[in-house]
Amino acid sequence: MSEVIVITSGKGGVGKTTTTANIGVGLAIRGNKVALIDTDTGLRNLDLLLGLENRIMYDLVDVVTGRIPYKKALVRHKKHENLFLLPTSQIRDKSSVNGQQLVDVCNQMRGEFDYILIDCPAGIEQGFKTAIAAADYAIVVTMPEISAVRDADKIIGELNRADKDHIKLIVNRIRSHMVESGDMLNMDDINDILAIECIGQVPDDEMVVTSTNRGEPVISNKKSLAGQAYNNIVGRICGEQIPFLDFRKKSLFDKLKQILHV
Amino acid sequence: MLKAVMRLFGHDDKPSGRIAKDRLRVVLIHDRANISPEVINHIKDDIIKVISNYMDINQHEMEISLSDDENSVALLANIPVKRIKPQVMSSRNMHR
Repeated sequence: MSEVIVITSGKGGVGKTTTTANIGVGLAIRGNKVALIDTDTGLRNLDLLLGLENRIMYDLVDVVTGRIPYKKALVRHKKHENLFLLPTSQIRDKSSVNGQQLVDVCNQMRGEFDYILIDCPAGIEQGFKTAIAAADYAIVVTMPEISAVRDADKIIGELNRADKDHIKLIVNRIRSHMVESGDMLNMDDINDILAIECIGQVPDDEMVVTSTNRGEPVISNKKSLAGQAYNNIVGRICGEQIPFLDFRKKSLFDKLKQILHV
Repeated sequence: MLKAVMRLFGHDDKPSGRIAKDRLRVVLIHDRANISPEVINHIKDDIIKVISNYMDINQHEMEISLSDDENSVALLANIPVKRIKPQVMSSRNMHR
């Protein structure tokens, strides 16, 4: 059975595309056949995050206009053989693809893939409406910042209005030392305000930047806390019960306690 | 760390995370209700009109706002009353 998931946020720069790339790689590592569809037409970046920018021949606009079958536009990942990218056009704009066209493409692809992830553009206009049209459920990405949470709330409202009421939350770029000192919204605050099921808490991690530089999603990096957090998200999407990571820096005293099992 | 100590001795106000949450709460009530400030103003004018039939009120200090109470939204009006109009008292007496 195939599942179509849209990754959305309202606000830009909270990590939608990073989340899409990491979940995609994680699902593929677990043996699923995965397609990632970039719907950020005109501002595409998913190809860069996956290191596939030099392999693009055709794009989503070519597919929805019927110029080519979708299979011809798919780019297979170099390392993960069951991960595919359907890139969008960098020269066209959001009006080039509508919701019904994306629904049609996803329906053609459903038979072949276990998961289809749709990377949604920022905003609540046409691009957003197109991206959510085909989704079975939505993942809303936000950050512990007042503007990102407000926009997430708005997006949840818009999703409900579009009858997409199966919504999950990922909170990205959490700075644990600021949360601890009370200078950042904590998870209880965010859960309280947004009141949707949270499937991920991802720490702010410099390794996300370095892995993006290389075009290798951070989930493959075992040393990275953000990578571990993404891995846990993938497990939860697959239905596993995984407790949330505690990514506070451990003091020497905590480490001693751990060693002595007290 | 220093901040935490300052807070302990009451030298600092609320932590900024708490301020963020409180501000978010208020702004989201308005966002979710989807009511424009203009509509709120119309409501305010209408309330003044009705109340003024019975009481003298201080219009400048009147406050009207949306507030949330766990899972429902309430319209709160704070209307300072200067005095009850005499004719209201007399009409009540007449009914008796």
